[in-house]
Order: sequence, then structure tokens, then C-alpha cells
Amino acid sequence: MALPQVKQTATDARLAALSLPEGGWSRPAREAALARVQAMGLPGARDEYWKYTRPDTLTAVEAPSAAVLNVTDEAPVFGERDRLKVVFVDGVFSAEDSDDLALEGLTIERLSEASDIHWAKDLYGTLEANGQSPVERPLAALNTAFATDGLLIRVTGKVAKPLHLLYRHEDDSSDAILHHVVKVEEGGDVTVLESGPAAARFNKVMEVDVADGAGFHHIRVQGRDHERRAATHIFGRLGTESTFKTFTLTVNGVLTRNECVLELTGDDAVCHVAGACMGDGDFHHDDTVFITHDAVNCESRKVFKKVLRNGATGVFQGKILVKPDAQKTDGYQISQSLLLDDDSQFLAKPELEIYADDVACSHGSTSGAIDEDGLFYLRARGVPRGIAEDLLTIAFIAEAVQEVEDEGIQEEINELVAAWLGRRRG
Amino acid sequence: MLEIKNLQVKLEEEDKQILKGVDLTVEPGKVHAIMGPNGSGKSTLSYVLSGKDGYEVTGGEALLEGQDILEMEPEERAAAGLFLAFQYPVEIPGVGNMTFLRTAVNAQRKARGEEEMSSTEFLKVVREKAKSLKIDAEMLKRPVNVGFSGGEKKRNEILQMAMLEPKMCILDETDSGLDVDAMKLVADGVNALRGEGRSFLVITHYQRLLDHIKPDVVHIMANGRIIKTGGPELALEVENNGYADLIEEEA
Repeated sequence: MALPQVKQTATDARLAALSLPEGGWSRPAREAALARVQAMGLPGARDEYWKYTRPDTLTAVEAPSAAVLNVTDEAPVFGERDRLKVVFVDGVFSAEDSDDLALEGLTIERLSEASDIHWAKDLYGTLEANGQSPVERPLAALNTAFATDGLLIRVTGKVAKPLHLLYRHEDDSSDAILHHVVKVEEGGDVTVLESGPAAARFNKVMEVDVADGAGFHHIRVQGRDHERRAATHIFGRLGTESTFKTFTLTVNGVLTRNECVLELTGDDAVCHVAGACMGDGDFHHDDTVFITHDAVNCESRKVFKKVLRNGATGVFQGKILVKPDAQKTDGYQISQSLLLDDDSQFLAKPELEIYADDVACSHGSTSGAIDEDGLFYLRARGVPRGIAEDLLTIAFIAEAVQEVEDEGIQEEINELVAAWLGRRRG
Repeated sequence: MLEIKNLQVKLEEEDKQILKGVDLTVEPGKVHAIMGPNGSGKSTLSYVLSGKDGYEVTGGEALLEGQDILEMEPEERAAAGLFLAFQYPVEIPGVGNMTFLRTAVNAQRKARGEEEMSSTEFLKVVREKAKSLKIDAEMLKRPVNVGFSGGEKKRNEILQMAMLEPKMCILDETDSGLDVDAMKLVADGVNALRGEGRSFLVITHYQRLLDHIKPDVVHIMANGRIIKTGGPELALEVENNGYADLIEEEA
């Protein structure tokens, strides 16, 4: 079927400005992805899943520029902990700034340098392609086709310390496309941390294949630079008795779209997807999460909290799809916003689609102001209004933050949130 | 300690006068009780004194140690030494009881220009006081009042009172929802705080709380006014005859 003219024109223009990397072993996957983009077209405002978020700046030929923000009043996120640091500057791996890419239980290679015979051949673009149905995600296919860098991470055991992907933004007009592939083999377990502003415009895909009994933990902090735009996708496939947990804190950002597409393919698997965001003014943040239960006795949990003020916008589109044989599914989905004034808005579309008959699925979505009774109670005990509001705000996002298992990181996240709250009062 | 003069209050939302000229003076170190039927304005009085939104003072004043408190923010009143034990303590999910207590204690100290309590000192004091109220470590760790039973919530109020060491304590129907044992525990907690200089205003429907917290003065409130003031025997009179006789007498 031919694409609508507007979409065809926009897609052609964007594709004409990009060139398909040589890619070696990844070339066939890239060509297939390009064909997917051509067939789907890039997202447009009329698309069902782009009703609440304008895709134009994400699909435009030129990335809108974003001033580099040099943070001097805050310690670097995750900076204090023992980790393996891998740095990308404006979307390009920097060996100079990174640690030696060697850690027991882990092999890491650059996408742009990996040799021709490669394990990632079967994975690169595969989970992304699976994730295109029933909802199309053209920006992810575009990423698979044109990604210029990224990491291929193979986890063969329990990794003692986290892998920290640190993104730096140094050029006001950088336009980065990164694609990571993570394969956690049977019995493997890894924690991946991500932080930093990356680029003026950032398109990132992370494909994660978690084998039977394996574990993947992901904690990401996006912020504080307000002007950047980011579209990120996580595609995950979970084997039997595997665990997949991801949490994202987003602080500021004129446009962030975080998609997470997970498929539970093995029995007794557990996935938790959580996020908290803090936004002010022309902040726009979109969480689009799609979880498919395709095995027996799996658990999925989605917890999303958004704190919005001064006209900020939060979007949540979340779906749990339970296939006919996915009996004993336990699905929980909550999305809530705390609106600190009357100008902000929260747009939520929670969906459940269930074809099995023995499942427990719940979803809830709320929007509200600070609880006046709680506020008065705190003030009546002598806590000044500002501090009381901050306490209640941190309490509001607590359910999401508690999805992070490491208490030290929980604390670090709460400190970032407290700092954001402090800054807005000037 | 607390002087209320001709206090008149109406609801902000609707044009309804709740307090129609309340006069009341609580001397330092004394325990006053206010009794009265439902809707007499007892709880409104406690909320207005502590600074809750939704009420408009249309006349009169309330002085705490000579200072007009009605113009103050709720947190300023607290720092000045006023404490309200809530009839319905509020649940605050996500805020740990300990964090809450420490934040409150130190905020008040800071407001008064005093040194903040160190975390070791705070822990020591809170454990000791919690123990006497039979509040265990688990309850201190949990979010404020979340999942607490009625009795636990009230004991938690008294713990806050013990930690904050206010000068003027208002207890709003602290006996409601308590069985006899729980009431005794709460009353013991209050009695332990009675002493030189600290005053109490105990609001209650029933005389039974006053068996445990013995008042110096009893006031009967009806229809937005104090209609009778007397000694502890007045509470017994209410217990035996109800409010109807007193209200009729007034009319």
C-alpha cells in the first residue's frame, strides 16, 4: 500500500540525507531494516501512537540544534561507584575516555569494528524487527539501518560490576544514531547503567536477549540538558525464569520518547519497567511501553510517575498483550502524574489485551495535585511548605524509584530529584 | 498560654458561621477539656488554631504566649510551640516515619534558631520514646501512618508530640476509635508529658478519656460557643445527663 504523500515525502527526504554504512556482517540486517522504513514510512502526527507526541523534529532531515549544557553544580551520575565506563562523545565511541573494555563474564566490541563472523549476526535488528508488530516503530528500524556506532555486549557469567555507558554532548548540532546489542547467556547477569545527554538529537536502540535463567538490570538517567531531543527504544526478549528490570529517570528535556518493547517467551519470567520524570515548561516526555506475554506464569510490572509543572506535558502509552497460551500471567500497570500547577498535562493511554482466561492483570492511571491533607499534616508538624512539597513529591515517585534494587542508586536518584526540585525555586 | 478572644469563624466555601464568639484561656501547665455534641464546632476550633485552609476568621483573636497566631503559617505556629494531635492522622505513602519525624524536629529547631539534632542523638531519643508508647522499630520504618491501625495512628501522634515537645497541645478526639487498652496507653503517653509550663486542650465527646487524662477545667461547647465552664465534675454531669439539658439551660 502506498504511503500518504506527506509521509512519503518526509521519509524520502530523511533517507536521502543518510547513507547506509558498509556494515560488513550487519549489512543484510541493515538493508532489511531500510526496506522496513521504506514500507512503513517515518512517524507522522496522524499515526495512532504519535497522537500525543509530535514526531517532526525526530524525523526532520536536520537535527534541531541544542546548546551544550555544562553541569558544574552536581556530581556526575554514578561517578562514585566501581564500574566499567564506556564513553561516547556525540554518538562516537571514545577509547581515550573509556576504561579498558575487559571484565570477567563480559565481552564488548564496537558495532563499527566487529569482525565478520559474529554472534550478533542473528540478533542485530532481529528483536527490533519482531517489535514492529502489532505497532510500527519506524524510528527503530531507521536506527538499525543507519546506526554508526554502538556496543555488542555478550554476557557469559555474573558480572561483578556494572557497565556504565556514559554519553557526552559536545557539539550543538550533533545527530547521533547508536545501536547496542546485549546477549545475556544462560546463567549470566549484568547491570547496565546509562547517563548523559548524548547529542542534540539522539536515536538509540538497545536490543537485549536474555536467555533462560539469566538477568538483565538497566538503570538510566536522562538529563539535565533541556534542549536535546531523544527517541530511544529497548527491545527485549526473555527466556524461561529470566529477569529483566529497567528504570529510567528523566530530568528536563524538550522532547523525549522512550519506547520499551518486551516479549516474555519463556515460562516464569519476570520483567519490570519503571520510570520517573521531572519536567518544567516546554518539557515533553513520552513513555510508550508494550509488553507481550507469550509464556506461562510470567510477571510484568510497569510503574511510571511523572512530575510536571509550568505547562509541561507527560505521555504514557502502555499495553499488556496476553496471548492465548500465556496462562497464570500476572500483569500490573500503573501510570500517575503529579501536576504541580493547572497548566501542565498528562495524557495516558493504558491498554490491556487479553486472550488467556486465567490471568490477573490490573492497570490504573491517575493525575492529581499535591495531597492537601498530607501537606497540612507536614506543615502542622513544623515542616515548611517548600520542604513538605518536596517530601511529598519524592514520595510520589517512590514506587517507581523502589524498582531499582540497589539502594545506593535509589539514593542517588532521590538526590537528583531533590536537586531538580531545589533548582526550580531558584 | 493560650488566649482565645471572641473567635468567630466561617467556612470559606459556604457562608456558614461555625464559631460564633469563642472565649477561652488556658493557663500554663493546665489541662482544659472541651466537650460538646457533634457539630458544635470543636474540631473547627482545633483546625483554625493550627492553620488549616478552608476557614475564614471573621472576628476575634487567638494568642499563644501573647503572640497572635492566626496570621501565621501552620509551620510557624508549630515552631512557636503549638501541636495538634489529629482526629484522623493522615497517611503519607512514600515518606518514612523516621524521615518525617527527623525533618519535623529539625525544621522546628531551625526555625527557632536552635541547633539541629544529630542523627545519632535523634535515633537514641526516638527509640526511647517509642518504646514507652509500644511503637516498635518496624512502625518507625514504615511510611507515615500507612497501614497503621487506629490505635497505632494515635500512638504515633503522641510520639510526635513527645519528640516535638510543644508548649500547647491540642488533642482532637484522640480517644475516637480506641479500645480501653489503647486509650490507656495514649493517656499514659499524654500524662508523661504533663508538667511545668506545658498546657493541653483536650477535645472529646465522652467523659471516659477524662478518667485517664484528668482535666483542671472543663468547657461545654455547643452551637459555636462555650456555654458552660466548670471543674472535672462538669464532665460527669454530661456523662450522666447528656448535653441536651445544658443546651436548653443556655437557651
